[in-house]
Amino acid sequence: MEWFNDFWSTYSTLVFSVGVHILLALSIWLTLSCGLLSLANAAFMGIGAYVAALLTLHLEWSFGTVLLAGGVAPAAVALIIGAPVLRLSGVYLAMATLAFGEVVRITVLNLEITGGPEGLNGIPLSTEAWHIALILAVTVYGLARLRRSKVGRAFEAIKEDEIAARLMGIDVDRYKLLAFSLGAFIAGIAGALNAHFTFFISPREYGFENAVDILTMAVLGGFSNLIGPMLGATILTLLPELLRSLHDFRSLVNGAVLVLVVLFLPKGIWEPRRIRAWVQRFKGGRA
Amino acid sequence: MSADKQHSLLSIRNVGKHFGGLHVLQDVSFEVPAGSIYGLIGPNGAGKTTVFNLITGLLAPSSGSIEFKGESLVGQQPHQITRKGIARTFQNIRIFKEMDLLENVMVGMHDHLRYGPAALLFNTGACKAAEKRARERALELLSWVGLDHKADMLADNLSYGDQRKLEFARALATEPKLLLLDEPVAGMNPSEKTVLMEEINNIRNRGYGVFMIEHDMRFVMGLCDRIAVLNFGRIIAEGSPDEVRNNPEVIEAYLGKEEAA
Repeated sequence: MEWFNDFWSTYSTLVFSVGVHILLALSIWLTLSCGLLSLANAAFMGIGAYVAALLTLHLEWSFGTVLLAGGVAPAAVALIIGAPVLRLSGVYLAMATLAFGEVVRITVLNLEITGGPEGLNGIPLSTEAWHIALILAVTVYGLARLRRSKVGRAFEAIKEDEIAARLMGIDVDRYKLLAFSLGAFIAGIAGALNAHFTFFISPREYGFENAVDILTMAVLGGFSNLIGPMLGATILTLLPELLRSLHDFRSLVNGAVLVLVVLFLPKGIWEPRRIRAWVQRFKGGRA
Repeated sequence: MSADKQHSLLSIRNVGKHFGGLHVLQDVSFEVPAGSIYGLIGPNGAGKTTVFNLITGLLAPSSGSIEFKGESLVGQQPHQITRKGIARTFQNIRIFKEMDLLENVMVGMHDHLRYGPAALLFNTGACKAAEKRARERALELLSWVGLDHKADMLADNLSYGDQRKLEFARALATEPKLLLLDEPVAGMNPSEKTVLMEEINNIRNRGYGVFMIEHDMRFVMGLCDRIAVLNFGRIIAEGSPDEVRNNPEVIEAYLGKEEAA
């Protein structure tokens, strides 16, 4: 057990990050799975993180309630902005959600209660490994159920052909709003969890760069199922650590890996159709 | 007239549609009776698909009324119109290519699968039973069009003719009273056409109303009980296949004037 304690004291933050990033990648999977290119999830994460941290610091709510509030707050915001914003599609939706993200970041930067550019300090370290594990398990289970139901089929239908989906009796606008706000809920909880193990949060962590990072995780892993985003989040979190020995070249190699994956595996690393084809070719080659 | 009204499933009255100054449809009126096969024919660009887009709510009419079973469809959303019992297929096929055939058909059952979020999340008996029934019904519909043995194939891998059949089965999955078919035999070979003709006849005999746009004259004349002819956005003839076939205006629209020929 001693090696484990050593490992844990060095890497627990990294393991926590992997868990939180998986949640974020799953949150954007929801919008991607019905064909919405939304870049609002970093802002939703930020809203969740700030709401949760403020509730802990000022009102001393219990951790469970704080996490729930951290999810509900951005989900409510998503419901409000979703109605107008989700009329857009493609790059226009990306731009609108990006703008929303900037509005959130700049608001947080200028408010007094959020601590402005200095952020919030001294957030109690309430997050434990089992919290993340439990929330991850529930999320993955819930999304897997969703995928295999009429809701998952509706998402997929909307992604493939919105007009045909409408004519199948699917209320497309409602399902888009559902995906958007459920994604916001998950991202918010991820933010709340994150705030309670990093001790400190600032507006810088929820800007454009993070929005793109979250998107990259899902796209890198592939988003035709749940395994893709989880894999992508894990790789993108661990890769910079594995490349630590390269010092200055680290981000260069990190970027190169991303470019190579996008070039040669455009549908992401985990693409069931391609993997099945590989397995079949391998079997065929041996027979 | 009142007796007429009772028997008509779909009634289109004085419908006009213009895009800016371009008048695509003018004063279009006709009635599609229940339990029959109705055909809409006309040269390319006459406005036939626009009629379908108006009925299904993808476009709003500029004037006139569209009623289905006595209820106005104007201003309704496409998914609401589908739920009232109108399904359609498309001229340029719009199946869900990345899904298998069974899933394609099950998407059509969306509104008939009535389980709540809690049942879905906990996979309750009711939810399982509903999904199982839907799967069985989807297989049955696929067997109607002879595709049940390909149920777990990706729709993208189907031949053109099979894709049309899948779209047909998917439209039936919404449990429509009226089926709108936009050029159902385009791209099919003669034997496929004969099979589809039989299938459409069967569909009618099962109590569905069928309303189709078609270019293939033999197909339309052999199948439809009544036909309307659209030319430059106006109905120029309406009646039984024989009446329409012998109408001089129709002949002119299709073949040109005698002097010109």
